Amino acid sequence: MSALSISNLRLDIHGHPVLHDIDLTLEPGKVLGVVGESGSGKSMTALSVMQLLPRGSNWSGEILVGGVSLSGKDEAALCQMRGRDVGMIFQEPMTALNPVRTIGDQVAETVRVHTGASRREALGVAREMLDRVGLPESRFPLDRYPHDLSGGQRQRVVIAQAIALRPKVLIADEPTTALDVTTQAQILDLLRELVREEDMGLMLITHDLAVVAGMADTIAILRKGEVVESGPTREVFREMRHPYTRALFSASAHVPDRGRKPEPSAVPVLSVSDVVRDYPQPRRNLFVRRPPFRAVDKVGFTISHGENVGLVGESGCGKSTLARAILALDALQGGEIRLGGQLVSSAGEGPHPELRARMQVVFQDPYGSFNPRHRVRRLVTEPFHLIKSPPTGAELDRRIDRALTEVGLSPGDASKYIHEFSGGQRQRIAIARALIIEPALIVLDEAVSALDVSIRAQILDLLAELSDRLDLSYLFISHDLSVVRAITDRVLVMKDGRIVEQGETESVFRNPQHPYTRELVAATPSLEAALAAPAT
Amino acid sequence: MTAYLLRRFVSLSLSLVAASLVIFLVMEVVPGDPASFMMGINADPEAVAALRLQMGLDEPLPLRYLGWVAGLLQGDFGVSYTYRVPVSELISERVMISLPLTLYALALSTLIAFPAGIIAAARRNSAADLSVMGATQLGVAIPNFWFAMILVLIFAVNLRWVSAGGFPGWDAGFVPALKALTLPAIALALPQASILARVMRSSLIDTLDEDFMRTARAKGLSRGQALWRHALRNALIPVLTIIGLQFSFLLAGGIIIENVFYLPGLGRLVFQAITQRDLIVVRSVVILLVFAVIVVTFLVDLAYAAADPRLRRHRR
Amino acid sequence: MSGAGSTERTFLRMALGHPAFVIGFVLSAVFVALALISFVWTPFDPTRLSIATKLQTPSLHHWFGTDHFGRDMFSMIMVGARVSIAVAFIAVGIGMIVGVPLGLYAAARRGSFIDEIIMRGNDLVFAFPSLLLAIMITAVFGPGAVNAIIAIGIFNVPVFARLSRGAALSLWTRDFILAARVAGKGAARISAEHILPNIANLLIVQGTIQFSLAILAEAALAYVGLGAQPPLPSWGRMLADAQTLISLAPHMALFPGFAIIITVLGLNLMGDGLRDLFDPKLRRER
Repeated sequence: MSALSISNLRLDIHGHPVLHDIDLTLEPGKVLGVVGESGSGKSMTALSVMQLLPRGSNWSGEILVGGVSLSGKDEAALCQMRGRDVGMIFQEPMTALNPVRTIGDQVAETVRVHTGASRREALGVAREMLDRVGLPESRFPLDRYPHDLSGGQRQRVVIAQAIALRPKVLIADEPTTALDVTTQAQILDLLRELVREEDMGLMLITHDLAVVAGMADTIAILRKGEVVESGPTREVFREMRHPYTRALFSASAHVPDRGRKPEPSAVPVLSVSDVVRDYPQPRRNLFVRRPPFRAVDKVGFTISHGENVGLVGESGCGKSTLARAILALDALQGGEIRLGGQLVSSAGEGPHPELRARMQVVFQDPYGSFNPRHRVRRLVTEPFHLIKSPPTGAELDRRIDRALTEVGLSPGDASKYIHEFSGGQRQRIAIARALIIEPALIVLDEAVSALDVSIRAQILDLLAELSDRLDLSYLFISHDLSVVRAITDRVLVMKDGRIVEQGETESVFRNPQHPYTRELVAATPSLEAALAAPAT
Repeated sequence: MTAYLLRRFVSLSLSLVAASLVIFLVMEVVPGDPASFMMGINADPEAVAALRLQMGLDEPLPLRYLGWVAGLLQGDFGVSYTYRVPVSELISERVMISLPLTLYALALSTLIAFPAGIIAAARRNSAADLSVMGATQLGVAIPNFWFAMILVLIFAVNLRWVSAGGFPGWDAGFVPALKALTLPAIALALPQASILARVMRSSLIDTLDEDFMRTARAKGLSRGQALWRHALRNALIPVLTIIGLQFSFLLAGGIIIENVFYLPGLGRLVFQAITQRDLIVVRSVVILLVFAVIVVTFLVDLAYAAADPRLRRHRR
Repeated sequence: MSGAGSTERTFLRMALGHPAFVIGFVLSAVFVALALISFVWTPFDPTRLSIATKLQTPSLHHWFGTDHFGRDMFSMIMVGARVSIAVAFIAVGIGMIVGVPLGLYAAARRGSFIDEIIMRGNDLVFAFPSLLLAIMITAVFGPGAVNAIIAIGIFNVPVFARLSRGAALSLWTRDFILAARVAGKGAARISAEHILPNIANLLIVQGTIQFSLAILAEAALAYVGLGAQPPLPSWGRMLADAQTLISLAPHMALFPGFAIIITVLGLNLMGDGLRDLFDPKLRRER
């Protein structure tokens, strides 16, 4: 008997069709990967199984959990099913736990809601479960609160809650998307182990083909609420019958064409030497001042003309702080930063903002990067503020037209507001804003991280083409090693405020020297490696 | 935890000092010579001189301020110019009406607002929600002293259930005294209950949309269980702030309501003092009320720490 | 995506389709109109005493009846609207003009000593409800409408300072502010160009609500004799006059009370409506 079987699932929300005839099956002890880009309906499929759909939802079809149909069950019966027969893990561990209750209480609650267990018995089960997910009593007693834990640790607590009653089905909706790559690898290992040992069926929902390829026995590829292709993982990837599967696959592994290798220039575009950034910490108490936190610790590197340099590291490693220092947004506590040989800022001096006209930036969030009250015309011309005599009249129009055309938009878009554009188009506008004053360096701070793979591939192509044609240098900051590998010439690996390794991108990834780089490379899910590995 | 408490306590002390300075400046320095201000233009110069001496106006300002504060710390508010008795005596009598009235109203406000807000949030857009929202919309708009007059008109003049005002004193027994405070407390509580119910509702609705509520439902809790066990305590955190603010509104509002019901509380005292230009009484009542507000704010901060473990961060 | 220029017409259409906003707007507009008309015309002279016609109940001649001095209640309410609206408008204006720049400045220099001073100053003012401020001011300077304006105005300063600081702080973390900093713009320019337009909606909504609170506060101050002084009619003092005669002439208490309630209700409904209209997220939920 299947752990979970979905057939002909249709879902409307406020009369708006969301899912069409979804068919999925999940066997005990197996992993079903559900893959799709945003808006494909993968999360709604999960919420249909949990019967936690938003208001105004209307579904039809058949959902069987352990052979028992969900249709016609009343709310009380569904409550009994949730948590006991089906457990669920969510994407955002930081907000998935109640901040005012202890982790022990929250795990024990699953047990107490479904069984007649006493508080003490339930806490006993909670202890066992927390041990099971790798949170031992010595460091994680039951009376800790979620805010004491890191994202990965919180996700383990959420998993403990979900598996406390050993449900037949575990649904994980993007369980590792918000986590760092090394933490992701650990959580995926834990899930794999749980599936094997507890004989649970795991429905793993993700946008990341590489994660699915390494985890799933069978996969289903969703697009606009439909299953376009499904079957055993290897077979699906080998045959790729549906064009969308092929498109998704090639976008995931996309490497943009780079025209030429940049020659090292005599005067580097950017030179960073011995840079230190300290943050004051809140006082421990009224009388004890804590030493400042060193976010960037004596970092040095250079970027040549037309060179694309990657900066990788996990959250909190100091890469964004370093970016802000380079952009002359914060003062330095040590070292110096030069642009084309001229001093931007040093420990004693600056920052000198007048040099900012030679560098620009593109941020991660396509939705937060623009003032929603201004038209594109005003948005993209904002950097002209840096120039003493900015272009006016016809010359200004010409510059706006050129910047928009260069990023693949039309000059007519200048009179629109930002909310009229999609995420990918907004990132193009962000690039246009950076290009308009013809900088030598653009800092790309997680610039493609928020985009779906197919859009991401297009933006990467655009960036590569612009770099080649305009002789632009990039500092490409990302947590995503595969993207950095695709677009950069050289890479810097950062950990705890220091650069632990740097070199030619390919050689660093092929033959990492520093143990941390090795750990990062090993933890990064790889589509090719997963498909090349012998079947388990 | 201790660090948090200590920080709040220092902030409390600083606020008290700053508030006393403000009151001292406005009431003692701005009028120029308080003694001749209080006695009026036609006063006998000798009487003014005597009052100056009594108030210690010949001393330099900083000394006067310190003397005043030192007196306050010992419960000595000075001697009323009109009543010729220590202000502390006047005040302690009246506080026994104003403070119970405020607490009575606060209790009523909370007792009405919590159920109303919770029901409205739990059944969003239902008939119950719409009626609660409609009633609170009206409740917020009604001036409490007008509502008090209408209550008098209905319950005292027409139905004759209670007397139209006055206070028998606590010596007359707890029940009659409480009865005399009931209409004033209702009049005070109604607008505040409306505000509190609206805050409770919107805070609870925000909490119901949080991710951890979905987690709770995924564990198998029913909608009601999730609300009681997970949403309520989180929703209470912003509500606490409003309860703290309400205390000061109720205290100040009480001063006005006392006028409607002829209650001999702080309000009557202060308005009489204003007409008689008795600055000593006025400043004493003002500083008492301001201190009460500041101390309640401090207590709310403590309640915050109890409700939200994130504030107890450095415990371990 | 609110308030964008090209969508002004759609915004107007949506506003007209929002019942709470329309009702609130009409109610508030009626009283503003009454106040304005009172400058050129009232049915009777609201200060003329006529003992012969005192304490009349409402009739075709005296729509809202007359008071204990025989003055026409409707005319008094018209002129009273003038006082209430003027006091509330100026007081909220003071609160905004002083409070918003303070809040924006504190947000731009967050964590600095100045920020700390501004916020502690706010806390301090919050400890003085406007009634206590009015008591202090009146005790020293004597009663009058100006005192009411100052007392209510001062109490409004921290309301707007806090609101704009909080809203500005969350905007300062947004990427488009970082982009403006990368474009070399200073804190003052960013506050004026990027922050203020994006918190304007919030300020308008809060302004409406503070306006209604100020009308209530003015009425309360006038009721206890700390507001506008005779012979200028004001709603609060009309209620004070009515109090002793409540059993004899309840209409004297009812009509000024209704005037206050309807004005405040109108403003609150308008504020709630504006909040819905400005916030696309809330709009969708309804």
